[in-house]
Amino acid sequence: MAKAVTLKELSKKELLFAPGHRLCAGCGAPIVVKMVLLASDYHLVAANATGCLEVSSCISDYTAWKIPWIHNAFENAAATLSGVETMYRSLKKQGKIDKEIKFIAFGGDGGTYDIGFQSLSGAMERGHDMLYICYDNGAYMNTGIQRSSATPFGADTTTRPAGSVVPGKTEQRKNLTKIMAAHNIPYVAQASPSHWADLVRKVRKALEITGPKFMNIVTPCNRGWRSRTDDAITLSRLAVDTCYWPLYEIENGVTKITFRPREKKPIADFLKTQGRFKHLFKPENEVLIGKIQESIDREWEKLQKEEACFAS
Amino acid sequence: MAKIVAVTGNEAVANALKQVNPDVCAAYPITPQTEMMQRFSSFVSDGKVKTEIILVESEHSSMSACVGACAAGGRVITATSSQGLALMYEILYIASGTRLPIVMPVVNRALSAPLNIHGDHSDSMGARDTGWIQLWSENAQEAYDNTIQAFRIAEHMDIRLPIMINMDGFIISHSIERMEYLDDDQVQNFVGEFKSLNPLLDLEHPVSYGPLILTDYYMEFRKAQDDVESKVPGVVLDVAKDFEKLSGRTYGLFETYRLDDAEIALIILNSAAGTSKDVVDEFRDKGIKAGLLKPRLYRPFPYKEIGEALKHLKAVCVLDRADAFGGSFGPVYMDIATSLYPYKERPVLINKIYGLGGRDYLPDHAKLVLNELVELVGNGTVKSYKEYIGVRE
Repeated sequence: MAKAVTLKELSKKELLFAPGHRLCAGCGAPIVVKMVLLASDYHLVAANATGCLEVSSCISDYTAWKIPWIHNAFENAAATLSGVETMYRSLKKQGKIDKEIKFIAFGGDGGTYDIGFQSLSGAMERGHDMLYICYDNGAYMNTGIQRSSATPFGADTTTRPAGSVVPGKTEQRKNLTKIMAAHNIPYVAQASPSHWADLVRKVRKALEITGPKFMNIVTPCNRGWRSRTDDAITLSRLAVDTCYWPLYEIENGVTKITFRPREKKPIADFLKTQGRFKHLFKPENEVLIGKIQESIDREWEKLQKEEACFAS
Repeated sequence: MAKIVAVTGNEAVANALKQVNPDVCAAYPITPQTEMMQRFSSFVSDGKVKTEIILVESEHSSMSACVGACAAGGRVITATSSQGLALMYEILYIASGTRLPIVMPVVNRALSAPLNIHGDHSDSMGARDTGWIQLWSENAQEAYDNTIQAFRIAEHMDIRLPIMINMDGFIISHSIERMEYLDDDQVQNFVGEFKSLNPLLDLEHPVSYGPLILTDYYMEFRKAQDDVESKVPGVVLDVAKDFEKLSGRTYGLFETYRLDDAEIALIILNSAAGTSKDVVDEFRDKGIKAGLLKPRLYRPFPYKEIGEALKHLKAVCVLDRADAFGGSFGPVYMDIATSLYPYKERPVLINKIYGLGGRDYLPDHAKLVLNELVELVGNGTVKSYKEYIGVRE
C-alpha cells in the first residue's frame, strides 16, 4: 500500500509536466496530468493518444514532458504502451535494464471510449503492467467539440448541435469505467481534479499494483462546455457533488465509493453552469433535465448497491 | 555448417526469426502467414528464444505495439498478410517516419473484395510508398536469406528504417522445398547485437517521440527521409557481400538471368520468376535471345541500376501480380517505365497482369508472352500495351 502524501510534500516535488505547453487557459487536462505525475514516486514513461494534450505538449522541437514520452496515433496509445512495457520486460529479463519503471498512458475520451477502445480493451486483457488514464472532457475537443460516446445526454456539440428538432445528444453516455471493470483487471477508478487527495491516492495505489489499471478522470473543457475559464475545479466538483461523476474504485472486483457528497445536488446545478446545456432550460426541453436526473439517480443507486453488496 | 532441410517458406522464415532471437514479437493470425507466427510462438513457449511475445487483438495494434517496443530500444518483429497489412497502413507510415527498424515478413496475398486467401502482390504493392524497405523473395531459401539480411539493413546506423520481406502466399509459404539453414551462431554473429538509438527507456536522457511538426519543419523532415532512402541500395549491397561470405549465396539489388546479351526479357517478382526462368531456357535452346530480370530491392526502387540493365533490350514485358487501379498499368510496369525514360534508345515496354488471387502462372503463360515479344520485335507492332493473361474472357 502506497504511503499517503501531503499537499506540502507534493508542493516540493518537481513538476514533470513543464509550463509553456500550449493548452488553452483554464483547460483541465494539464491539471490532471500534473496531479498524476506528482503522485508517482516511480520513474515513469508515458504514452499519449493524439488529441488536445498531445498536440499542445510536444510541438517540435519543444516538449513539456520531462519524462520519456511517446505519441504514436489517435487510437493506439494502449497498444503502443503495451509494446514499450513488453520491451521493458524483455530487456529487464536479459539484465539490460535494472531500474524499476512504471508506464502510464493518457488519452482523451475520443481516443479512449471510441477509436481507441479496442486497443485499450486488448492491452488490458493482455495484462500489461500499465496505468491507462482517460481525461474525459466529454467530446472531441481537439477537432472542435464533436460528439463522442462520452458526451453526456442532451449536450450541444458541433456534430449533434441543439437545433429546432434535435435537442443535442439523444443517447446516454457509455459507462466506460464499468466496462473496464468488466475486464476483471485489478484496479479501476473514477477521479476528479477537484478532489486532489483522492485522485493522488488512487494513482499511488494503482502504481503499486502489478498489472493493468484504468482510471477515468473528469476533465472540464471551457471551450466545449461553454463555461468560464476559471471554473475547471468548480465544475469538476459540481460533477462529483451531483453524482454525475461519482468518485469510486473497484479493486479486485470490490467496489468502494471513495467520496459521498454530504448533500447530493440536483443535476440542474451542474447543467446550468455550461452553455452546452443551455437549450435544456427552454420550457419545451425541461422534461429532458428530468430524464437526466432520473438516469443519474438510477446509476448512483446501482453504485451504492454494488458497494453494499461487498460491505455485507 | 549449413544444414540441408525440407521445409515450407513459413517454417524457413520462422526459423530465421528464431535464429535472430529478437527482443519482442507482436503476433496476430492471418492466412497464409499464421503458420509462421504459430511456429515462432512455439519457440517462445519452449524457451528456444528470449523473445517476449505480445498476442495483440489486431494488426493495427500489432504495428502499434511494434512502434512502442522498437522506440523503447530493442529488436522487434511481426509478420502479416493481405488485410492485416492493409489494417496496419496508418501505422506503417508512423514506423518509417519515426525511423524504427522493425522487421516484418509479409506473406503476399490478394486483397478483398471479393475475399480471397491466395497469393498475389496487391497487399505489399499498396504499401510501396509507406517508406518501408521492401525485399522480395522467389523461394523459401531467398525468404530465409532475405529475413536474416533484413535486420542488418534496417538497423544500419545510416538507415534505421522498417523493412518488409515478401514471399508468395501458399506457393512459397506452404510448399515444402529443399534449402539450407545457417547455424544459429552464424546468424547471431551476422546480425550482431541490436544498437539502440535514442531509446525511450533511457531515463537519463528522456526523449519525446512523435511530436507535432507543422509547416515550419515538416518538409525538411520528409526530405531527410528521402535522403536516407538513397543510401539504402549501397547498404543492401554491402550486407549482401557479407552474407555471400557466410553462405556462398549471391544477392544484389535485383537478379538478372541470361540478360546481358538478351534482346527480349521478362520482368517478374517472386515465385513466378522461377517458372519463367525455365521458359527462358527453352527459348534460348531455340536460339532466341530471351532473358529475365527479377527485382529484389523493390523499395527504394533502384531506378538507375535497373535502367542500365535493361536499356539495351529491344522489347520487355513487365508481369505484374497486382494492378494499380486507375494508374492504367501495373505497379512494377510503372517503375520500370520510369527507369527507362531517361534513355533515348530504350526497349518497347508492355505489361501483363497475371496470377491475381492465386490464379496459376504456368510455363505456357511465359511462352505466350515471350512469343508476343518475338513477334513485336519482328514486325514492330504492339498488339496491346496492357493485358490480363490467364483470365476468362
